Amino acid sequence: MMNNIILLPMLLPILVGVVLIFLRAYGRIQAWFSIGVMAVSSGIAFYLLEQVQANGILRLDFGGWEPPFGILFVADSFSLLLVLTTTIVATIILLYALFSAGRFLQTTYFYPTILFLIAGVNGSFLTGDLFNLFVCFEVMLLSSYVLLTLGGNKRQLREAIKYVVINIVSSWFFLVALAYLYGAVGTLNMAHVSVRVAEAGQGPLLTTVSIIFLIVFSLKAGLLLYFWLPGSYSAPPAVTSALFGALLTKVGIYALFRVFSLIFYHQPEITHTIIGAMAAITLVGGSLGAIAFNDIRKIAAYNVVIAVGFILVGLAVSTPNAIEGAIYYLIHDMVIKALLFLLVGTIIALTGTAMLNKMSGLMKNYPMLGWSFFITMLSLAGVPPLSGFIGKVLVSEGAVESGAYGLLTLALLSSLFVLYSLLRIFKNSFWGETIVSKEDQVPLKKMLLVPCLMLVLLTVGLGLGTELISGYVTDAAETLLNPDIYIDAVMGGGES
Amino acid sequence: METLIILLVGVLTAVAIYLVLSKSLIRVILGTAIFSHAVHLLILSMGGLKKGTVPLLGEEAESYVDALPQALILTAIVISFAVTAFILVLAFRAYQELGTDDLEEMRGVNDE
Repeated sequence: MMNNIILLPMLLPILVGVVLIFLRAYGRIQAWFSIGVMAVSSGIAFYLLEQVQANGILRLDFGGWEPPFGILFVADSFSLLLVLTTTIVATIILLYALFSAGRFLQTTYFYPTILFLIAGVNGSFLTGDLFNLFVCFEVMLLSSYVLLTLGGNKRQLREAIKYVVINIVSSWFFLVALAYLYGAVGTLNMAHVSVRVAEAGQGPLLTTVSIIFLIVFSLKAGLLLYFWLPGSYSAPPAVTSALFGALLTKVGIYALFRVFSLIFYHQPEITHTIIGAMAAITLVGGSLGAIAFNDIRKIAAYNVVIAVGFILVGLAVSTPNAIEGAIYYLIHDMVIKALLFLLVGTIIALTGTAMLNKMSGLMKNYPMLGWSFFITMLSLAGVPPLSGFIGKVLVSEGAVESGAYGLLTLALLSSLFVLYSLLRIFKNSFWGETIVSKEDQVPLKKMLLVPCLMLVLLTVGLGLGTELISGYVTDAAETLLNPDIYIDAVMGGGES
Repeated sequence: METLIILLVGVLTAVAIYLVLSKSLIRVILGTAIFSHAVHLLILSMGGLKKGTVPLLGEEAESYVDALPQALILTAIVISFAVTAFILVLAFRAYQELGTDDLEEMRGVNDE
């Protein structure tokens, strides 16, 4: 099924972004344009998702070159669910930016860069070609470099250097992996690679190549190789770190799921065991980090790490239940991490400090903010009926089915650490004696709460309305577990 | 020919790793540039190296070079060019703000 609309979630942000560069001086107009284009993109993503349910996987061959000769976009339920969540979350984050960003940010190409970032993210989700995946990664990364350094205070510049160098090295690994893969199988179209790997058998050489891919995507996802993450996610302004926390690591996770379920699924006792071990160490490291710091930005950043570990437990186990749970959790995590970072940013803006021991009793000052944070905390810990619950249950069920009790224990313990780390924030900053009187408190702009409340509604809605998306998630998991569906849709020639 | 080029890739990578691990920021950047050259050569040799042919399929071509790696390298070169330009500016700005190009001093205190 050919469809030109598949391109729009990547093309629209780029086109509008280019136009916005010329509207540099008009911050408000830029913001509304960006919000509009994101809302339209999410509508398109939803339309495509419905199309996929009705007609099967969609694809678009650029220039009419049939696979495996050309580059193509492939839209299956998994990609589209993530594109849909990305665009919705980005719309809400942009709304927050509209109300919070200062004049400086508004007029220094902030919005165009965000749109390019989203374009890279959507492109990574939709592409069906490994080299194109590299290009989309780079689009996303270059935008993230710019976003990280916008503002240019000392801390940002310092963290940006580490972030950029780490990502250059990981991009280098990506190219090395692509070179070896091309040398071994002679193609870079994902479906075609999968066919060739299945034909030739996944020998030691291909398994080694798969491990290079594992290193690359782990660096991007923050799986085990997360040492760069807390610093760079806690340096930029709230809007930027919300975007990073919600979207960037998820692209790495998506790539891991795609590559290890579509291409390198023949040797799970090697690759998936390694992924499991990495996930376990990530869970432990993230949990320790989350309770070790006094800086609430750092705590939030380590919560990102824990979630990455948790989602990858689903891939390591790879039973139908676990994959489904991981997809639910991935969607949930995009929403809730955006919310967490926005709330943390708001708290910092209101108190003027990021240190836990310098804030107290905010509940009296800003009750709505406090309760939003409370719901976020419960949702992150996986308390029903919020959105984190279903994912945790299904991943745990998968782990039990395949007897991975070690991973199960760590995954569940990590939830306790998440709860504890956020309770610490809640207890220190919202409870306790109110140290700032009603008269002296920094006024909270009502409009800033609107995007946060929208995300709160989204997490509650996802939890209560799991039934509504379960059809899509089941279909996504089925495609991931049966590579043939994907391969048939791509390689099936013009008639499908 | 391929063996020779692969050895060259190895040497370049070793040089790049040495540079990236040094303390001076500008050396690190040079290291990343050499990294990208190394991997471009690697991709090129993966397509197979032949003498005196072009990546064009003529009517009576007897041998031709695989064109895809060349297209990949072209894309990769453009990207690495952009990234190198960005990080050079970043290094300059960081030097202005932080007053040092020593990575050891850029660690920063955690709870500032």
